[in-house]
Amino acid sequence: MTEVHNLRDVAIIGIGETQIGELWDKSLRELGIEAGLKALKYAGLHGDEVEKLYVGNMSAGKLINQEHVAPLIADYAGISEVPSTRIESGSASGGMALAEGYKAVASGMEDIVVVGGAEKMTDVGEQEAKDILSSTADQEWETVFGATFDSLYAMMARYHMDNHGTTKDQLAQVAVKNHANAAKNPNAQYPRETSKKFVKNAPMVADPLGMFDCAPISDGGAAVVLCPAERADSFDGDPVEIVSLGQGGDHMAVHERRDIGTMKATERAAKKAYKRASVKPQDIDFAEVHDNYTITEIMAIEDLGFFEKGEGGRATEEGKTELNSDISINTSGGLKAKGRPVGAVGLNQAVEAVLQLRGEAGERQVDQPGYGLIHNIGGTGASAIVHILRRWS
Amino acid sequence: MPIPRFWREIKQRYKGIGSRCENCGKIYFPPRKICPECRRESFQKMEEYELEGKGEVVTYTKINEPHPEFEMLSPYIMAIVETEEGARLTGHLVDADIEDVEPGMKVEATMRKLGEESRDGLIYYGYKFWPLDR
Repeated sequence: MTEVHNLRDVAIIGIGETQIGELWDKSLRELGIEAGLKALKYAGLHGDEVEKLYVGNMSAGKLINQEHVAPLIADYAGISEVPSTRIESGSASGGMALAEGYKAVASGMEDIVVVGGAEKMTDVGEQEAKDILSSTADQEWETVFGATFDSLYAMMARYHMDNHGTTKDQLAQVAVKNHANAAKNPNAQYPRETSKKFVKNAPMVADPLGMFDCAPISDGGAAVVLCPAERADSFDGDPVEIVSLGQGGDHMAVHERRDIGTMKATERAAKKAYKRASVKPQDIDFAEVHDNYTITEIMAIEDLGFFEKGEGGRATEEGKTELNSDISINTSGGLKAKGRPVGAVGLNQAVEAVLQLRGEAGERQVDQPGYGLIHNIGGTGASAIVHILRRWS
Repeated sequence: MPIPRFWREIKQRYKGIGSRCENCGKIYFPPRKICPECRRESFQKMEEYELEGKGEVVTYTKINEPHPEFEMLSPYIMAIVETEEGARLTGHLVDADIEDVEPGMKVEATMRKLGEESRDGLIYYGYKFWPLDR
């Protein structure tokens, strides 16, 4: 980070990810361990080198009645002696955990840090899982009056349509593109293509958002191993550098924000990340952006500076965000089609970024990417985090 | 919702009592102890302020998949309303046809039942909105 002095450069040397989906046969601890062990194996580590574990998890207390999940996962990973901490920031828990891991290594406090994310959402019914997601909105001034999580994003979509001319066709195109990418991702929950007609004809959830404008409820885990970049070459494979990060905040309730069609938290996070990395939005070749709803991706690609405000829908419709077009957005399939194990999402994004930068993304590989960006939103946008990555050399 | 958690907010939910920053004059709902604009200068200068209850729709949606407590009302309209005093609230828009709802539509707050704990339990009341022109 050029702007912040005396920080060490930080590299990702290992990545691991579980299948994402309705995984009836796997518990939260199993998901966390599977991802973590895969990440250690990828880096060529045994486990006893790990000095610190961060776990991104949104709501194990409500979803499986289990708090204190970081030491639980450490214990069953066979490293009960390792200090571990859970990080929570709604659906940005994974991204925020990655930020804490980065800071631990950059500061010189720790050398080898594992950052994992895991969420077990299908041990409760779908309705209950959706209610738990909506608990990241303001319970006393939004949901008690009958607002659902879907409806808060639906109002952003309506506002965006009224103010920028965004259309339902453009929203649907986000889902079509992300499904096309997920079809090339073996870990995706929905690895199959869909059509605009199919998305648009789905039952309405909260107008203008239909069922296929929404990300699913998912189980899954993902993890990365971090180390000081100067030591990265001593581990297996080509390391990827976390060049910078930026975090942003905004009002908790959607109604408090003057421009409901813009996520200020994203803008603020991106501004800091770009400045610290000394790069511009035009320098980014691919991005994993938070697409819990189709509208969220359209707002994100504007608020991250890839397109002018109001142009996100049109750009999507013109194919500018498809794989290997102007900027490849959500090559993994995104939350929409790869899936949404909510507290793991930020780590799922990091895994995809590393695969892309190392040239290991298979059929969905971006041509020789320089910089990748990952963007994770908490709740309806009161918190957001952006990381910028590139190959370490 | 536990009884004290609802009871604590009765004044705001029944009467629309927010707060006014004596430093800059800005009006907030729900009430705040600190004005985000003035911060330290507003400390201990936030006064209670009762909203008139009139305003206009900023944006809206029709909910087809409601929270189970609101199942009986489905589909229903939720709106973000900006009051004449400049505060913004989220609420249910009743007695309106979705076809007639648009940004800028004039609405007014009305006291309605929000839900109930059980057949013999506590009933929650609070504000909803209805069209001014009805």
